Amino acid sequence: MADLEEILKDVEPLVAQSLQAVSNAAGLDELDRIRVAALGKKGSISALMAQLGSVPADLRKEAGARLNTAKVAVSEAIEARKTALEEARLDERLARERVDVTLPARAADIGRIHPVSQTIDEVVAIFGQMGFAVAEGPDIEDDFHNFTALNFPPEHPARMMHDTFFLPEKADGTRHLLRTHTSPVQVRTMLKQKPPIRVIIPGRTYRCDSDMTHTPMFHQVEGLVIDKTTHMGHLKGCLIEFVKTYFEVDDVPVRFRPSFFPFTEPSAEVDIGCSRAGGELKIGAGADWLEILGCGMVHPNVLRNCGIDPDEYQGFAFGMGLERIAMLKYGIPDLRTFFDSDLRWLKHYGFVPLDVPTLSGGLTR
Amino acid sequence: MKFTLSWLKRHLDTTAGIEEISRRLTMLGLEVESLEDPASRLGGFLTGHVLEAGKHPNADRLHLCKVSIGREVLQVVCGAPNARAGLKVVVATPGVVIPATGEALKKGNVRGVESQAMMCSWRELMLGEDHSGIIELPADTPVGEPLTKVMSFDPVIDVAITPNRADCLGVRGIARDLAAAGVGKLKPLPVEPVKGVEPSPVGVSLSLPPDGASACPLFVGRTIRGVRNGESPVWLKSWLTSVGLRPISALVDITNYFTLDLDRPLHVFDVAKLKGDLEVRFARPGESLAALNGKTYALDDGMTVIADSAGPLALGGVMGGEPSGVTPQTTDVFLEVALFDPMRTAATGRRLAIESDARYRFERGIDPAFVMDGMELATRMILELCGGEASQPVITGDRPSDGRSISFRPHRVEQLGGVPVDESRMLSVLESLGCKVARTGDSYAVLPPSWRADLTGEHDLVEEIIRIVGYDSIPVVSMPRPGVVRPVLTAGQRQAGWVRRGLAAQGLVETVTWSFQPGAVAEMFGGGRADLRLANPIASDLDSLRPSVLPNLILAAGRNADRGLKDVALFEVGPQFHGDQPGEQRLVAGGVRAGRAVGRHWAQPVRPVDLFDAKADALAAIAAAGGPADGVQVVAEAPAWYHPGRSGSLRLGQKVLAVFGEMHPKVLARLDIKGPVVGFELYLDALPQPKVRATRAKPLLKVSPFQAIERDFAFIVDHDVSAEAVMRAAKGADKALISDVLLFDHYEGPHVGEGKKSLAIQVTLQPTERTPTDAEIEAVAAKVVAAVGKVTGGVLRG
Repeated sequence: MADLEEILKDVEPLVAQSLQAVSNAAGLDELDRIRVAALGKKGSISALMAQLGSVPADLRKEAGARLNTAKVAVSEAIEARKTALEEARLDERLARERVDVTLPARAADIGRIHPVSQTIDEVVAIFGQMGFAVAEGPDIEDDFHNFTALNFPPEHPARMMHDTFFLPEKADGTRHLLRTHTSPVQVRTMLKQKPPIRVIIPGRTYRCDSDMTHTPMFHQVEGLVIDKTTHMGHLKGCLIEFVKTYFEVDDVPVRFRPSFFPFTEPSAEVDIGCSRAGGELKIGAGADWLEILGCGMVHPNVLRNCGIDPDEYQGFAFGMGLERIAMLKYGIPDLRTFFDSDLRWLKHYGFVPLDVPTLSGGLTR
Repeated sequence: MKFTLSWLKRHLDTTAGIEEISRRLTMLGLEVESLEDPASRLGGFLTGHVLEAGKHPNADRLHLCKVSIGREVLQVVCGAPNARAGLKVVVATPGVVIPATGEALKKGNVRGVESQAMMCSWRELMLGEDHSGIIELPADTPVGEPLTKVMSFDPVIDVAITPNRADCLGVRGIARDLAAAGVGKLKPLPVEPVKGVEPSPVGVSLSLPPDGASACPLFVGRTIRGVRNGESPVWLKSWLTSVGLRPISALVDITNYFTLDLDRPLHVFDVAKLKGDLEVRFARPGESLAALNGKTYALDDGMTVIADSAGPLALGGVMGGEPSGVTPQTTDVFLEVALFDPMRTAATGRRLAIESDARYRFERGIDPAFVMDGMELATRMILELCGGEASQPVITGDRPSDGRSISFRPHRVEQLGGVPVDESRMLSVLESLGCKVARTGDSYAVLPPSWRADLTGEHDLVEEIIRIVGYDSIPVVSMPRPGVVRPVLTAGQRQAGWVRRGLAAQGLVETVTWSFQPGAVAEMFGGGRADLRLANPIASDLDSLRPSVLPNLILAAGRNADRGLKDVALFEVGPQFHGDQPGEQRLVAGGVRAGRAVGRHWAQPVRPVDLFDAKADALAAIAAAGGPADGVQVVAEAPAWYHPGRSGSLRLGQKVLAVFGEMHPKVLARLDIKGPVVGFELYLDALPQPKVRATRAKPLLKVSPFQAIERDFAFIVDHDVSAEAVMRAAKGADKALISDVLLFDHYEGPHVGEGKKSLAIQVTLQPTERTPTDAEIEAVAAKVVAAVGKVTGGVLRG
């Protein structure tokens, strides 16, 4: 029969020794060895626990309690030490994992939208809200749609104002051409659709001309309104609203002055106010005028050529150069650069794809 | 069309200033392109009085003058031969900008003597060409006054005349428009016929075929004997000089003056140089003319000439001939005033490339009723300036008949113009423009004046009234709005927009390139047909309509590389052409990538672009357009400009949506571009259109409550078996359970043997009703192996 004191005399030193070892443990492995040495199956404290069986029953309870307290003390110390060591190890890992956050990130390239496309989207947003649909048509045209239907008399000097690109002459003497304006789409629209008509026509146009301010290809946007009541007052209202919305300048003066186009009568050219003070062009109230578009009431001959009775229907048409209005709004100095595909230019003057022009959010960021 | 203010005032009685006139002209549709007022640059010049003019002590040719400018007397060194005491002169003091040089005058020291000012010549003030001496002002000129106060200067106005306003190619026509708009009154132009002393010794006949009679319907003229063709008077020379014409001799100056002043081109022949009578006829083959511009032109049939028995003397309506022209020695002249057909005049001028003031006016049409009067006025001016005696006139042909009268309904003005105008105002406007107006019931019969051939219909009269009343008076009216704003773009237009922004989001930069390209390049891309080559290209390398967008983009990539930007990602949405009929074009989104897809970066290896970049771009574009990017078949077939082994097409059934791949090395070599370059072409018209649906509601989301299961398989297949075939077979093995197949490894090499490759796929099973048992999963796996084996001959890798 073991003596209680005999059994318990080793407990205090064992606990003290284990706690000392735990607090000295430098790493988790060592701590685990200490745990095994003390609390493992063959551990020193476990060995004492094993002797409990030989302790007389009346003393067993107390001995058990004493040994258990010792065991708990050691195992708590181990857990605490373990936590501390793990914290230290994580801190060490975090310290080790520190990187130079100034290193460049992986860049995702973002493309650009060409100013011509962006400008078309802006123009469409403005006129769309006024109920204009977008019409399109072919780049290769015939004489009828590009000239004759539009009231250009043959050999008339007005016809010569357009430097036309021609395709080779056919056996029957006719030759097709590259449209010199988007007006043939007006003709096609009127031939196809009964009034009321409200369309705008953005597109490529071609003239045999190349210098500082002309390129053999450029873009126009034209508009056409045909119904029974639209008059020049509406023409003024529509274009003044366009100019103010497009240039995002409320107080820009707009001037309509008489002009001549074969396909409109009365005809007008539209100037907007600007200032060139200090060598910088600013759209708005100022000392100068800038011509931006031509317009007028659709000529009765054009209506007739398109099968519309000019005594019943009337309306207006207008046209402008897209590059020109883009240059004026965005301060792009040279027309020719629009078609250079120079990445530096495209990235500078182009628009990020998320800049979708809307009237509610503003046309331009 | 240039003229001076004083010239205008010869026809217009007005008190309006130059600024007012200029503004009104523009608002009348006679756009002022420039306004040059010499007074504006002569602000600092003063009048002076030469008190003494002695010799310069150190230079024989120079004068040393004492010049008073009122408040002080200045010492001036002057080299002009006419510098002398008593002269009234124009003085510039230091600081004044000399117009001719554009520089400010500095105090000078000329050969050791101080010069405190400068006395100016006409040329230095840019008021004339005379530089032979200093300006001599009238003796009664007050001293010390600003020059602009004692002299009047004549501003020069340059007006752009639209093609319809031929009548404004003369100063009087412009004056008439201004008068109609209330800027003064048009002065009368009285015509008093000159009584001839004899029948004209030179006769005229019209020898035109009946179908060509319109070439010259009327020809009048007369002989004037005993003229002295000296210099023109100062006023005439100064007006001509102001508008950029060089005074030559009185007779020539008169013809120029009539052209510009009354829009009535004339010609004078030297009678001494004529052989027989004049004849108007078409030129004969082989004839030529030494024209007044010093060039000799070969003439051909259809050109109207005025000839004598020896041959052509002048091209009717275009230019006179040198041999029969007048000289200072000329004493007898024949004056020609005729009508020439606009179309023939234009054609002749264009064919011979002769630009002349006469051609410009005849081809736009001159007043057919102003032939006799023009001739009488010109005769008077010749007699006045050159003396001589006029013969009786010769009149050949007839004046073309009057224009037709136009029925005019006054309510059309407000209906079309949107501006209310009093009927009486309408009539007075029409009358002030020269129309004859007569009431006929509710409307009017309006006979336009002979000089306004452009007025042919009611709308022309409406325009005239609104133009004169002023476009400013048209009220601004908002467009009536549709009640509900609906989308205005068609499905195709929206798709093009999505593709554009989708590609930009994918990292490509949009560009716009010519619709043309060099023929040799077009040929490489399936084009270059003769019927798509321009007859008149702007440059030889822009001669063919493009059959593809790609070459322009590839060449653009090359240009960027030359600028040092080697990594290029460009796209364009635009037309390509396959025929010369209107509409034989397709809207294409094309893109290229060149250089590196992944550039130098510390965290990832450099990777050059490859065809899978182009494939990704094409798929991204299809997805952006709302197309079935997941459902397209990939077929290893592409046009010849792609690398045959590294290209493919994306199809929906038989329809090719897009082609993509690496560019053929031969193509790149011929374009002189360093590879690799990859690209794609997406045919926007081939994309399926979004379905029109009754509601905007999205289909109900069905989410399975059961977890998806992933199983990996690696198959050994023959080298030629496509990955797509393996994936498709796997996916079709159990349509109910297999929701996705992903290919994650591709291996060719010694481990799988020659002619073989290994493809590893991950198959996702998505149960919807219950969690499958292991046995069921194994059964599906077996179906996958069997299906792949059956379709591709692939076996599981051991």
